[in-house]
Amino acid sequence: MLPLVLDSVSFVVNGKALIDRISTEIGEGPRTVILGPNGAGKSVLMRLCHGLLAPTSGSIAWRGAANGRRRQAMVFQRPVMLRRSALANVAYGLKLAGFTPRECGLRAHDVLDAVGLAPVAGRPARVLSGGEQQKLALARAWALGPEVLFLDEPTANLDPGATREVESIIGQIHAGGTKIVMTTHNLGQARRLGDEILFLGQGQLVERAPIGQFFQQPASAEAAAFIKGELPWH
Amino acid sequence: MNEILLAVTEAGRMIARLDGALSEIVLLSLRVSLTAVILASAIGLPLGAAVGVGRFPGRQALIVALNALMGLPPVVVGLLVYLMLSRAGPLGQFGILFTPSAMVIAQTILIVPIVAALSRQVIEDAWQEYREQLRSLGASQLTSALTLLWDTRISLVTIILAGFGRAAAEVGAVMIVGGNIDGVTRVMTTAIALETSKGDLPLALGLGIILISLVLALNAGAYWVKEAAQRRYG
Repeated sequence: MLPLVLDSVSFVVNGKALIDRISTEIGEGPRTVILGPNGAGKSVLMRLCHGLLAPTSGSIAWRGAANGRRRQAMVFQRPVMLRRSALANVAYGLKLAGFTPRECGLRAHDVLDAVGLAPVAGRPARVLSGGEQQKLALARAWALGPEVLFLDEPTANLDPGATREVESIIGQIHAGGTKIVMTTHNLGQARRLGDEILFLGQGQLVERAPIGQFFQQPASAEAAAFIKGELPWH
Repeated sequence: MNEILLAVTEAGRMIARLDGALSEIVLLSLRVSLTAVILASAIGLPLGAAVGVGRFPGRQALIVALNALMGLPPVVVGLLVYLMLSRAGPLGQFGILFTPSAMVIAQTILIVPIVAALSRQVIEDAWQEYREQLRSLGASQLTSALTLLWDTRISLVTIILAGFGRAAAEVGAVMIVGGNIDGVTRVMTTAIALETSKGDLPLALGLGIILISLVLALNAGAYWVKEAAQRRYG
């Protein structure tokens, strides 16, 4: 269903453009990182792409074959766990995606195995640690076999150990052929996980570049300032 | 003072020997109020979930109305149900005035707003947290409402018990539509009112003690269930 084509997309709330006339295309392959300071509109852009928000003007369309509700998934900054077991949380998403009960069970077990949560499959999801919950959220999305996975600051609330594990799972998901689109304001993570950067500032797409070029020779003053300002802490 | 002591002693004896008249009254009370709370939950929980999750014209007015109706005066409900069920009323042909069925109807009307208004609040709060995740997984409004009903089950139990408490403790509605007929429609509250006015304090007190103990035991049970569930499911 890729590429996802954005044509002059705006999202305006109370006269303020949170996303301001963005036109771009997100295609198969490279891991796309949406980078930018807080308030740049990263999360809003991601929600527009995923379909949780509708643009107030402009259009967003999947141009490739097959139509897509189920073939895309999203993981949020703060995982939302249903009040049931870890396994049942994964199975819930699968059931909504139309898998048979038997497939739900099999796939849920497999994916929990893959993210290392098999030992806690039967435990209530809400009593798991923050890192385990985020891994479970990744598993729930991964189990659907999405063509595109949107990740909104997936490690913002995690400690370094859990962050490493989550990043490694994201790598596995990408290796399995899923297109990764993620937001972050963490330059280190952008370097580790990104192939190309979409740099946002104040709702506008300031710059789009391959990762190496972006960090070595940012084309815009904003990106240069962001990299310079952020680097000492990362 | 002496009279009160005597009455308490006699009440204790009646409870201890499971006095026939006393247990008949208690059992009818339980039958009527439990049936009413089951019916009210069957109506009020889906209603609360629909209003909590749905967005439709008149929603705010409905919320205000439900909240206001929580304070319905039982005698007024009794009067309205009486008018509906009396010979000349629109439902007079069923001939259920002065039967336990009439009492169940009155109490159901009385507690539907309690169950609906309180569950609406609980479910809407949970909806704020779950909305994006459920929509991302492709859940319809109906599926979301059912998911939230299940996920807030611990809080809903407390609400249902509040409804039961209200039903079991009210006297105005059942007095009017039941008629307080000995052996047919006499429940704890109407019996207490009658025996007090007749001067049979031991029976009135015995019933009062049972009524309070019942409500206390129920609430203790609910509290315990809620605590245990919260520890287990988070």
